Amino acid sequence: MTLNGWLQILLFFALVLAVTKPLGVFMARVFNRERTFLDPLLRPIERLIYRLTGVDETREMRWTEYGAAMLSFSAVSMVALYLLQRLQAWLPFNPQNLANIEPSSAFNTAASFTTNTNWQSYLPETTMSYLTQMAGLTVQNFVSAAGGIALAIAFIRGIAQRKKDTLGNFWVDMTRATLWVLLPFCLVGALALVSQGVVQNLKPYDAVTLLDPQGEVKTQTIAQGPVASQEAIKMWGTNGGGFFNANSAHPFENPTPLSNLLEMFAIFAISAGLTYTLGQMTGSPKHGWAVFGAMALLFFVGVSVAYWAEARGNPMLAGTDQAASALQSGGNMEGKEVRFGIANSALFATATTDASCGAVNSMHDSFTPLGGLVPLANIMLGEVVFGGVGAGMYGVLIYVVLAVFIAGLMVGRTPEYLGKKIEAYDVKMAMLTVLIFPMTILIFTAISSVSPAFGTSQLNNSGPHGLSEMLYAFTSGTGNNGSAFAGISANTNWYNSAIGAAMLLGRFFMIIPMLALAGNLGSKKAVPPSLGTFPVTTPLFATLLVSVIVIVGALTFFPVLSLGPIVEHLLMQAGQTF
Amino acid sequence: MSKEKSISIWDSKIITRALLDSLRKLNPTAMMKNPVMFVVEVGSVITSILLIRDLAASAPGIGFSLQITLWLWFTVLFANFAEAMAEGRGKAQADTLRKAKTETTANRLLPNGKVEIIAAPQLRKDDIVIVSAGEFIPGDGEVIEGVASVDESAITGESAPVIREAGGDRSAVTGGTRVLSDQIKIRISSNPGETFLDRMISLVEGAERQKTPNEIALNILLAGLTIVFLLAVVTLQPFAIYSSAPQTVFVLVSLLVCLIPTTIGGLLSAIGIAGMDRLIQHNVLAMSGRAVEAAGDVNTLLLDKTGTITLGNRQATEFIPLSGVSETELADAAQLSSLADETPEGRSIIVLAKEKYKLRGRELTPHEAHFIPFTAQTRMSGVNYDGREIRKGAVDAIERYVNGNGAQAPRELRETVERISRAGGTPLVVADNKRPLGVIYLKDIVKGGMKERFDQLRAMGIKTVMITGDNPLTAATIAREAGVDDFLAEATPEDKMALIKREQAEGKLVAMTGDGTNDAPALAQADVGVAMNSGTQAAKEAGNMVDLDSNPTKLIEVVEIGKQLLMTRGALTTFSIANDVAKYFAIIPAMFSVAFPVMNELNVMKLATPQSAILSAVIFNALIIVVLIPLALKGVKYRSLSAAALLRRNLLIYGLGGIVVPFIGIKLIDVAVVALGLA
Repeated sequence: MTLNGWLQILLFFALVLAVTKPLGVFMARVFNRERTFLDPLLRPIERLIYRLTGVDETREMRWTEYGAAMLSFSAVSMVALYLLQRLQAWLPFNPQNLANIEPSSAFNTAASFTTNTNWQSYLPETTMSYLTQMAGLTVQNFVSAAGGIALAIAFIRGIAQRKKDTLGNFWVDMTRATLWVLLPFCLVGALALVSQGVVQNLKPYDAVTLLDPQGEVKTQTIAQGPVASQEAIKMWGTNGGGFFNANSAHPFENPTPLSNLLEMFAIFAISAGLTYTLGQMTGSPKHGWAVFGAMALLFFVGVSVAYWAEARGNPMLAGTDQAASALQSGGNMEGKEVRFGIANSALFATATTDASCGAVNSMHDSFTPLGGLVPLANIMLGEVVFGGVGAGMYGVLIYVVLAVFIAGLMVGRTPEYLGKKIEAYDVKMAMLTVLIFPMTILIFTAISSVSPAFGTSQLNNSGPHGLSEMLYAFTSGTGNNGSAFAGISANTNWYNSAIGAAMLLGRFFMIIPMLALAGNLGSKKAVPPSLGTFPVTTPLFATLLVSVIVIVGALTFFPVLSLGPIVEHLLMQAGQTF
Repeated sequence: MSKEKSISIWDSKIITRALLDSLRKLNPTAMMKNPVMFVVEVGSVITSILLIRDLAASAPGIGFSLQITLWLWFTVLFANFAEAMAEGRGKAQADTLRKAKTETTANRLLPNGKVEIIAAPQLRKDDIVIVSAGEFIPGDGEVIEGVASVDESAITGESAPVIREAGGDRSAVTGGTRVLSDQIKIRISSNPGETFLDRMISLVEGAERQKTPNEIALNILLAGLTIVFLLAVVTLQPFAIYSSAPQTVFVLVSLLVCLIPTTIGGLLSAIGIAGMDRLIQHNVLAMSGRAVEAAGDVNTLLLDKTGTITLGNRQATEFIPLSGVSETELADAAQLSSLADETPEGRSIIVLAKEKYKLRGRELTPHEAHFIPFTAQTRMSGVNYDGREIRKGAVDAIERYVNGNGAQAPRELRETVERISRAGGTPLVVADNKRPLGVIYLKDIVKGGMKERFDQLRAMGIKTVMITGDNPLTAATIAREAGVDDFLAEATPEDKMALIKREQAEGKLVAMTGDGTNDAPALAQADVGVAMNSGTQAAKEAGNMVDLDSNPTKLIEVVEIGKQLLMTRGALTTFSIANDVAKYFAIIPAMFSVAFPVMNELNVMKLATPQSAILSAVIFNALIIVVLIPLALKGVKYRSLSAAALLRRNLLIYGLGGIVVPFIGIKLIDVAVVALGLA
């Protein structure tokens, strides 16, 4: 670890911290339908959209209707995206004449992009036409992210409001999330990325003659495309699906250290802002900061472990020079880009899995066992460290409800969260969302691990590392992260279908009980705060929240992790790798 | 059931009964109500079956399997024992109460005026009975004629007799109590099987115990966690097979039982029962566990001024003479006028005169003194003695007496009277031969220690509101002196009701006490309504608790017991979940250190062998239930701190403690297990 590396990590965090309040205030205004500086430009567009779609923007929805709207929208999106892939050969904007995509892969990708996962079991540049990328994937990048923000806002309303049965209007929330939040940020973000050298064109791929021919290979194909526009929403919307297979390690997606910083910043910005929105809308800014604090603590623990594990290198290469110096990054550079080095690779891996982004600028499969444990554990904890746009917020709020319930009794009252009593129904819904993760991840991984025919046969590594690969794939899918540990050939019927199912379960089976909880909280009256009220604004509460997140996550996944990265780490110390 | 008669929970009879009950409770249909312990029972059955199979096949390692199976059964039994212990004292008390239900006869008054003697259980609602001195009252009812002193010790444990009389708020009588003097006519108000005594028996016995809302919520959390761990353990076997380290069912069941929250799961119902029991030890009967929980949540306490905040009687604190009159002269007249006054106020005047002016109370014989009692018409009392006509009373009554109708008292007198009223006191004017002498200052005396208790309540975020019939001026003064947060002056039952509804509309929970029939609607509306046992039947039916001691101050203790109940649940839940960290460090390395010797690095407790590690964790898991039974029954120590301070304190003790304690405990058990050669 170097001072320079830590300064870059701190700079990144300082940027996120700096925008938290302004973004939070801005989003609170947007979703409270208060005036913002963008209104003169966007209100006419918004009204036009509602007129064309027949949406009554004053109509309030109960949680059931809100959820039904979200689900039907996602279902239609998924079918459309599936068809687009299956028919792309006959559609325009396909200069490479790429073929139609076969069914299991098309299903997997459709599930992947409508759930904001962006797991990619295909090689984008040799599979997806420009039309599929722009009208299918990029559009889903926007709307799946907007849907997540809408759901988070609905949940916050449930906490903030008193004795009200409705949570807002899904269509309005989604439209406003897209127009006011995602589009402006992405527009600016895309231009910033172009300034750093990210390409944006519709050209056929370039074929260039190699200066230094490698035997028979005398030319190289350089993929092209409308990259910057997709790259911006890929990061701002915590989608993570790369235009190219190499994702943010590709020089056309992420050419410079500055573009790298901008991309990482974009992963956290909206989610960090939402913590302030939470404080603002519930009338308790300190609570927002307490949640921010809990997230920040988990972020620093994660990034410290990852950076430390990667920077110290591989003990089995003791004797070779692995120290950082002016001429080399030092540490474990396998699978990392030289232009990013150890610190920015570890930071990127932590941030992309803290949030449900899933973009990568280095290969997690090549991390040391403990370095690779960090992204895996981050996703297992539910991606609540800032988290996916919206998804991180409602994910952490479920943990808040649980933390308040478990520890709240200790102050001698029925647990209360900002005046709302946490009762049997609320606990039931919170537990349902918590159950989805272990159920999906553990069962699918367990089946794969004892099925040589379709499970273990796809592994490139044996032993604990092989287990980590399967575990990571299902964890990433269920967590709607989308990053890959790689090392596993997942474009098979089993993995496409199982991971596809995991993505759908991880998104929608969490959202339904979550909305039910929000609806129930919203209809409750609130007990006015007093000295006897459970404090949710203090550092102690932030610590409690962290403990509950870590203990619930650790207790669930410690057994399998012990047979994966943990034993792999111990074996590596003893001189054995896989 | 008073403190003197209360039964220790460590009574050998209770323990014997609890031991038998813990076996009886193994019945799976009963166990299913507790999902956590049911899973343990199923696990025990599975390992028992496998154990028998292994025994038949003389498989190796029987010693380990046998011990694991036994300890799993012990885990279930210990949890059952905890519940049985909690029920024990209640059951013993129910037995005592049943004895009070001995066969009595009733003198039923027939419509034709004749009296027939029938067995008490034959009485029906609205029958009229006559009870004379020495007889037991055959059923709950209301005195409709007469007055009698009644021994209610069978119900309340209080041996001093109480007066029961027709009309007013002291008319209710309870079946099973005994009339000591005089004769009363009673209208029976309940059918057999529905009497107060019947209800009391079923309440202390816990026969109709239902899970409270909060307990249900907690049970859902525990069931959810159990499913999570079930998933984690069931899927661990495929991962173990993949890693070429398959596990035996004994080990997997051990891991599961150690991980699921058995500590709180096993103690949860015991905590609830013990909470109700603790109320009963305070002579308060809660009609439902829900009411006890609500008591912990109370935001606003409505406290009657008289009897709760003040001593109930005004006391003379000062003699203020008019100019030209000496204090001693006034004190002397005041004392003379009060010699026959048996009210506490009157007695306090005599005492003050004696203490402050050394005036001895005189024995006046009726022939030299003629006492004038207080009447509603004159609103004065006094004495005609030695040619003097001494009177004391309210200022307007004395004015009328001194000057005839429409006349004014001297300005000085009026000013003094007003000053006392403003200060929250009650002025009594004394006149001698129609000459006003001065004013006696009667003051409400706030009970000692009340201010501190209200401060404590405030620290816990509970607002206290004093309810009084006094005028706002007086009320404000006493409220200030007592340190309550708010007051309701000149309160009518309607005002009280409106106040409760207003608080509830703000989302607050309200607790109050009451005894009169006109309190009944408010008692029913309040979230916690504690009726005084001395009160009317209507009040007792409207409230959700009855205080057998009829002590309104006890409302504060009720709140504390409610809080203590919730705190105990939270503390043990936190402790139980935190325990799992150490158990993982004991069991996981033990499971896999054979296939992966490097795993021993996770064996931070340095447990001797894989078998001893697993066995120690299982033993710890079972024993911790027993160790915590006293805490579950007695409750976490109650402290009146703010929520933030309580949380900090309890998180440190039960959260951090819950992580550290099992590391030490499992290590010690491992040492013992190895020393005894058990593994």
